[in-house]
Amino acid sequence: MKSSVIIFPGSNCDRDMDVALKKFGFKNTMVWHNDDKLPKSDLIVLPGGFSYGDYLRCGSIAGKSKIIKSVIDFAQGGGLVLGICNGFQILTETGLLPGVLLQNKNIEFICRNVFIKISDKNNKYFNKINKEILELHIAHNEGNYFCSNDELKEIENNNQIAAYYCDEKGNCDNDSNPNGALKNIAGVLNKEKNVLGMMPHPERMIDKYLSGEDGSIFFKNLLNNLKI
Amino acid sequence: MKIKVVVTLKNGVLDPQGKAIQQTLNGMGYSNIQGVRQGKYFDLEIAENDEAKAKVAAEEMCKKLLANLVIEDFKIL
Repeated sequence: MKSSVIIFPGSNCDRDMDVALKKFGFKNTMVWHNDDKLPKSDLIVLPGGFSYGDYLRCGSIAGKSKIIKSVIDFAQGGGLVLGICNGFQILTETGLLPGVLLQNKNIEFICRNVFIKISDKNNKYFNKINKEILELHIAHNEGNYFCSNDELKEIENNNQIAAYYCDEKGNCDNDSNPNGALKNIAGVLNKEKNVLGMMPHPERMIDKYLSGEDGSIFFKNLLNNLKI
Repeated sequence: MKIKVVVTLKNGVLDPQGKAIQQTLNGMGYSNIQGVRQGKYFDLEIAENDEAKAKVAAEEMCKKLLANLVIEDFKIL
């Protein structure tokens, strides 16, 4: 399976993502934001970081970069596009995903492990995953998911909420909500379920000695789903 | 010509920076401050002599980039 990771000026999780994808068997290519064509890919990843220094709004400038037109075309043609952290912010700014990521409720940069409960498995990312609650890492200042009431109803009805922040046992409440996100939302999908954005970083949890392996579960499962 | 644009958060959208500024002002003794909302201001230098045309261009820029209409409103001054 072929993947591509887009590098924007200020991306800083691009190489971590490259290592993770290759570790689980993807043939990965790094793509510069100023290119206009994507290599043939089964998966496009928009990595975490601080593209364009978070100027204007997080992800807004990257959302207008040259390569993004091809990413939007790829997504609209049904291709898998995964945005992690800043990548999630970029996807909301392009309009591929609904809503927006606001500044964290407590005006703090949060850098720690969290638990997420997978909410929808009817997609290539989480189909057949054998763990309901994953421990992943977050590191962000703007991860407070927000959308209008009408949009919330729509994404709930379409099962577009991919994952919720929860505690170790799977309880989703204020205590397990790190950033004030609406309804504890940690990740959302588009209507067609081929575009996923989430704040937690699976690429940081791929080593049993350094971090934990719940990210490994995510990548292995994704690869298996792509092979079907 | 110069077009001025102000972008503000919509009512109901959480503004933690505005809240912190308000609390600081309260702490400084300005007890009559009941709310602060922080926004953004842009000076656009547009190569256009017709004000109406410049404002139409600015409006398009606001909708496409300067404001995120999910959470923000804009005003062309």
